[in-house]
Amino acid sequence: MRNSLLIAKRELGSFFSSTIFYAITVVFLLLYSFIFFQILNFFSFQSVQAAQVRGMNLGLNLNDMVIQPAFHNMAVILLLMIPIVTMRSFAEEKKGKTFTLLLSSPIHLREIVFGKFLACLSVLTAMILLSSYSIAFLFMVGRPEIGPALSGYLGILLMSGCYVAIGLFASSLTDNQIVAAALSFGFMLFMWVIGWGAQAAGPDVGPILEYLSLIDHLERFLKGIVDSSDVFYYLSFMFFALFLTHRVLDSNRWR
Amino acid sequence: MIEVENLSKFYGPRPAVNNLNFTVSQGEVVGFLGPNGAGKTTTMNILCCILPASRGTARICGFDIFEQSMEIRKAIGYLPENPPVYQDMVVDDYLRFAAGIRGVAGKKIAAAIDRALEKCGLKDVRRRLIGKLSKGYQQRVGLAQALIHDPDILILDEPTTGLDPLQIIEIRKLIQNLASSHTIILSSHILPEVAQICQRVVIINEGEIAAIDTLEGLTASLRKSEHLRLRVRNADNGVQQSLEALEGVLSVRRENDSQFVIESPLGSPFQDTVARLALDKEWGIVELSSASMTLEDIFLKLTTEEKETPE
Repeated sequence: MRNSLLIAKRELGSFFSSTIFYAITVVFLLLYSFIFFQILNFFSFQSVQAAQVRGMNLGLNLNDMVIQPAFHNMAVILLLMIPIVTMRSFAEEKKGKTFTLLLSSPIHLREIVFGKFLACLSVLTAMILLSSYSIAFLFMVGRPEIGPALSGYLGILLMSGCYVAIGLFASSLTDNQIVAAALSFGFMLFMWVIGWGAQAAGPDVGPILEYLSLIDHLERFLKGIVDSSDVFYYLSFMFFALFLTHRVLDSNRWR
Repeated sequence: MIEVENLSKFYGPRPAVNNLNFTVSQGEVVGFLGPNGAGKTTTMNILCCILPASRGTARICGFDIFEQSMEIRKAIGYLPENPPVYQDMVVDDYLRFAAGIRGVAGKKIAAAIDRALEKCGLKDVRRRLIGKLSKGYQQRVGLAQALIHDPDILILDEPTTGLDPLQIIEIRKLIQNLASSHTIILSSHILPEVAQICQRVVIINEGEIAAIDTLEGLTASLRKSEHLRLRVRNADNGVQQSLEALEGVLSVRRENDSQFVIESPLGSPFQDTVARLALDKEWGIVELSSASMTLEDIFLKLTTEEKETPE
């Protein structure tokens, strides 16, 4: 664990000392903020309309009509951003020959993998935390429920964890960062849309595909439901992807 | 200290190293010599527990490379061919990180960094970004990293490649200083380097050991006659004949217009005779030297004529 923290710390240092982190964060926040205020704008427009039509109850509330779609959009932006955060993890080490330093040190491969995972996840947590000003703003001007907002963040974080794990796996496969980014984007998007095949796959395989889909599990978090089976799904997903990463790195030594 | 037994490594069906056997005792400086692609780096990677061996084993400080790789990693400092430095880190931070993952205890890290900086002459650049340092300094940072945990054994893979002559001399001096307190394995394809630094040489060719011996031993075992080089100002055709006519001369080879190599049986140097002849005939001596076998000769002899001259 100490070694994982050391590796995570070094990784974070190099994130913060380079422009990568700032570029990604700024782009992420700008896109997210733009979308968020469009949603908010639409909501206030609807509220004004609803107020004009007496007795009309559209069931307007901030949770369903602002927070939930905002999280949805955040998930999409993260899908585009996370490959850029994770692509360098192993690819850069291999290309820069610095991986030999880690491999010749008295640390286990799993500690290296976990350290990288921690670092990338910390970067994402920082990005997501920065974006939470928007939700805080809603609490200042309105009275949304806090429960679904918190569970939504938990869901987004867990899903980001899965994306990061996929990204690390992709990065372990190659020493080229672009290839790593392309692969991880492909894997991530595939795991997102895999549920779409459920209809065509029939009653036997369909539910399995739906269960595998990353986004289906997020839905419940956004609605305010924290189901242990969803948490378990995300955690086992991460574990499996990190396990594969470990296997790939280990098998590289034997080849 | 290091015992290697029947060590082999295959990449697919192709052996990168095949049946290596050698030992290195404590305090020794051993040179790995071989052309590019001979298997030097592979051997070093196996000893550092980066690559697993396909066959055979090695024991380092009594630990097995398979069973106790963590212990071995603690005992070894490794400088790969490309120094494993993060370009975006400051020297100090990099060494702190290296000390951490090499298992230096928290309280001792500051002292370890100071010691490594001191030994490698990096004090002045400790706050500089590694990426902004010259190749020579980056190499030193790599070496400092290998020294940070004060290992018993240092494994250095071509530590002087890509450096300018001045830097090469500095790094060599550094290694010579380290030799007093560490067991060192050093690989190189630069022969004089090995000749200068190492007490013993392991010559590897095409994945197999061609020879292991001290330099003197290698020279002695491969040298079958004395060679004398003569360079003169007025070389006419008579020179070669006159030299061949000398008693005891085995052969005379004309290297170029004015230069001759005279071969005579072992233990009978006759510089005097040749010099007298040259003076008598007024050839005008420019150079008269004993053409002792250099490491280059040994190396070429072993790697190219290996089939004919078994060790």
